[in-house]
Amino acid sequence: MTVDTVKNAENTPDQEQPYKELGLKDDEYARIKEILGRRPTDAELAMYSVMWSEHCSYKSSKVHLKYFSDTTTDEMRAKMLAGIGENAGVVDIGDGWAITFKAESHNHPSYVEPYQGAATGVGGIVRDILAMGARPLAVMDPLRFGPADAPDTRRVLPGIVAGVGGYGNCLGLPNIGGEVVFDATYAGNPLVNALCVGAMRVEDLHLAHASGTGNKVILFGARTGLDGIGGVSVLASETFDDSAGAGKRKKLPSVQVGDPFTEKVLIECCLELFAQRIVVGIQDLGGAGLACATSELASAGDGGMHVYLDRVPLRATGMTPAEILSSESQERMCAVVRPEDLDAFMAVCRKWDVIATEIGEVTEGDRLVITWHDEVVLDVPPRTVAHEGPVYNRPIERPADQDALQADTPDRLPKPARDELLDLVKTMAASPNLASKRWVTQQYDRYVRGGTVLAQPADSGMIRIDESTHRGVALSTDCNGRYTKLDPYAGAQLALAEAYRNVATTGATPVAVTNCLNFGSPEDPAVMWQFERAVKGLADGCVALGIPVTGGNVSFYNQTGSTAILPTPVVGVLGVIDDVRRRIPTGIGAEAGETLLLLGETRAEFGGSEWAHVVHGHLGGLPPEVDLAREKLLGEVLVAGSRDGMLSAAHDLSDGGLAQALVETCLIGEVGARVFLEGDLFTELFSESTARVLVAVPRTEELRFTDMCTARGLPWRKVGVVDPESDALEIQELGSLPLAELREAWEGTLPALFD
Amino acid sequence: MRVGVITFPGTLDDVDAERAVRYAGGEAVKLWHADHDLKDVDAVIVPGGFSYGDYLRCGAIARFAPVMQEVVDAAKKGMPVLGICNGFQILCEAHLLPGALIRNHKLHFVCRDQWLKVENNATAWTTRYDQGAEILVPLKSGEGGYQADQSTLDELEGEGRVVFRYVGENPNGSRNNIAGITSANGRVVGLMPHPEHAIDALTGPTDDGLGMFLSLVDSVVKA
Repeated sequence: MTVDTVKNAENTPDQEQPYKELGLKDDEYARIKEILGRRPTDAELAMYSVMWSEHCSYKSSKVHLKYFSDTTTDEMRAKMLAGIGENAGVVDIGDGWAITFKAESHNHPSYVEPYQGAATGVGGIVRDILAMGARPLAVMDPLRFGPADAPDTRRVLPGIVAGVGGYGNCLGLPNIGGEVVFDATYAGNPLVNALCVGAMRVEDLHLAHASGTGNKVILFGARTGLDGIGGVSVLASETFDDSAGAGKRKKLPSVQVGDPFTEKVLIECCLELFAQRIVVGIQDLGGAGLACATSELASAGDGGMHVYLDRVPLRATGMTPAEILSSESQERMCAVVRPEDLDAFMAVCRKWDVIATEIGEVTEGDRLVITWHDEVVLDVPPRTVAHEGPVYNRPIERPADQDALQADTPDRLPKPARDELLDLVKTMAASPNLASKRWVTQQYDRYVRGGTVLAQPADSGMIRIDESTHRGVALSTDCNGRYTKLDPYAGAQLALAEAYRNVATTGATPVAVTNCLNFGSPEDPAVMWQFERAVKGLADGCVALGIPVTGGNVSFYNQTGSTAILPTPVVGVLGVIDDVRRRIPTGIGAEAGETLLLLGETRAEFGGSEWAHVVHGHLGGLPPEVDLAREKLLGEVLVAGSRDGMLSAAHDLSDGGLAQALVETCLIGEVGARVFLEGDLFTELFSESTARVLVAVPRTEELRFTDMCTARGLPWRKVGVVDPESDALEIQELGSLPLAELREAWEGTLPALFD
Repeated sequence: MRVGVITFPGTLDDVDAERAVRYAGGEAVKLWHADHDLKDVDAVIVPGGFSYGDYLRCGAIARFAPVMQEVVDAAKKGMPVLGICNGFQILCEAHLLPGALIRNHKLHFVCRDQWLKVENNATAWTTRYDQGAEILVPLKSGEGGYQADQSTLDELEGEGRVVFRYVGENPNGSRNNIAGITSANGRVVGLMPHPEHAIDALTGPTDDGLGMFLSLVDSVVKA
């Protein structure tokens, strides 16, 4: 085969190149030529095109994401050991422990190939956490699908769930939470977000860089193949189809294929390498493969880098340099190692049967040079690839119909009569978004490693970090896309508020935030407006709560035709709990006599509510009011209640309001309750006012707890008692709902749809 | 009391098995798949996971690991051996226990808290339980359906070698609701559910599983 070398590029300046097919614009191509002073080689074009893609370069979001760091104060930053720009954010949680966590999207691959798309989404985020020097400890998966009863959802959902489970289970990581949400806008574009959390000792933090001239660059893990090459196959067809004659170029699916066994072994191998302190820098290979890893390592270091691409172990024959650089074959890592540690490094890899190859070295100077059988095929300043990509300030415009949407309030919707309310509780509990997600979560291992203290359906997932001190962390991810559609600024804050509240509800103190921002096309000014507002809302919300955004991910182009998904800024909040034995469970009935208290205030707020969605198919008006000061106070009260053992159960109120919280807390605790409400019962039961939590307090602690609430100015109200003898949820003035009937409604929906 | 816990490439629940041994007062000793060495242990646990990626067939490759030859020899001399989940599959492949585990009848991986009935409290691993007691431990597997030919099943049932049986709905299509079995001498036990995930109600559904590890410590001390 003929390979396009730098020399060849210099000699053939006018050769046409398929840059448009690779997703580069005219001016971007022109800029590459300007940077290089000549036309790029095939390999260079491949590298620039993947690295300057939206996915890798954040070119449409960068100008807005800056707002996160601009608004993070030193006080918020105090416990942050690494932030935006690293593979994942890192937070100091005390006792010498550092926690790293991050979420990432794998939306488009999962629609094309649900199982592998979802599986490799898990694999990718786990390697990000590993690359920080941490042991990955748990995963969570926020998922969004089209309508639950749509035929295509039956294709997509089971595959995605099996993929998340198949990969995570085999990797030995407990799945401790996430979300499953159905909405018509996700029908042609499901969202598969994956979050991973890991822990390390503070001194073991690894940042990706390639410093030290003479240090060796090692590629280790799986072999490199033709899977996941995506757009670069255009180059292959250009350079190959002719010379290969009739022999058609093998085109593998552009969705990568995962092998969790290889990744499990790679994790253990990396952790042993870290423990021996023989890794100078490390980078995972994810999107854009070697192109990304080599350019990022080189650009973050203090020298240049020389890579001998022909040394890369392959699993396909006849791969071109461009293909090897852009292959997204899974389960690979790239490390920088001092020459004197090379033997020790290789010995650890041999022990774990991990293929490891010295593919290059750190050089003097500031160029990334890649050779292919002694011929230079790539010679670039690495920063221009990894960090100095194009930046767009895309047009922003508030959608013309936003006013009409907000004016169309749920006030006009017919409310249920009093004698319909009891049935409505059951109908709502059985609706797909509120129904039990057990069908999904029972395909995930939540027990492996023995550190899981809470998992779905608890408000947040909680894992024990230290077995001797019982220190642990809690995590929750949330987003209500309907709220965000109605008001992106408030919607992002409501997502933050809910995740924050969920973490506090289990007794943990929220300390840091990550996000996965899923939006439509950035070329649509209305979508950019949603994005810009959501970023502002989230950042301002974090300032109000005093916790930093430590990292995140942006996924654009989530749309079917010209219809964008509901703007879905998924927010993940990390909390710390000094002693996981003090966690607050979700189910009532743990203590002999418990009083049910509702903390917070209830207003008639139905804009974007689950009731409006389920009963009327309506979306309009404004979302519930945001009150972050109240959320903060509520969080402090919950954490104090947990620390002093005053709370025996707690459950956050969100989608579906108090009715849903009551149903869940009874069913999870397997006991009945008697509830007495006041005022308009429909509002009491189904309003989605925020900053509210339902708590169960042992009788003996009732006065102490309510006195604390009163003293701190947190509104509270007694709404019922737990009745261990009862097997029904009794709502005074309305009647009684047998738990068996409720359970059938709540747990029956998903199996009926997907079994 | 030294209890070996084997790690194959792809083993996942070794840390949990080691913790369970410690909770029961034993000393957990790490055993490496590639070594012909049991490090003078008194008993061995083959933990759960996906040894060698479960490629070919669950447990089919692990059975040929050097350490397994040592385990087979030691078991023949009466050493207590416990296989959990993938470990149970490996013990079946190694012919220390009869039968095989196949794909769950509903084809999904199932993770749930599962009630089990103790059918035999005379093995090296179950003396702490009352005969007929019901315990709640996690079950988490995709290929947990116990299968054997009729004569093997008759023999297991006839000799009282079914150690645990699923209570309630059969979670995976196992024949006779079998969750765990033992060897003729009662020293080797294999089961699909995970007692090592139920040693502390903080991180498991109960601490019902701890009894298996306490039983072992008892049996070795008595021996």
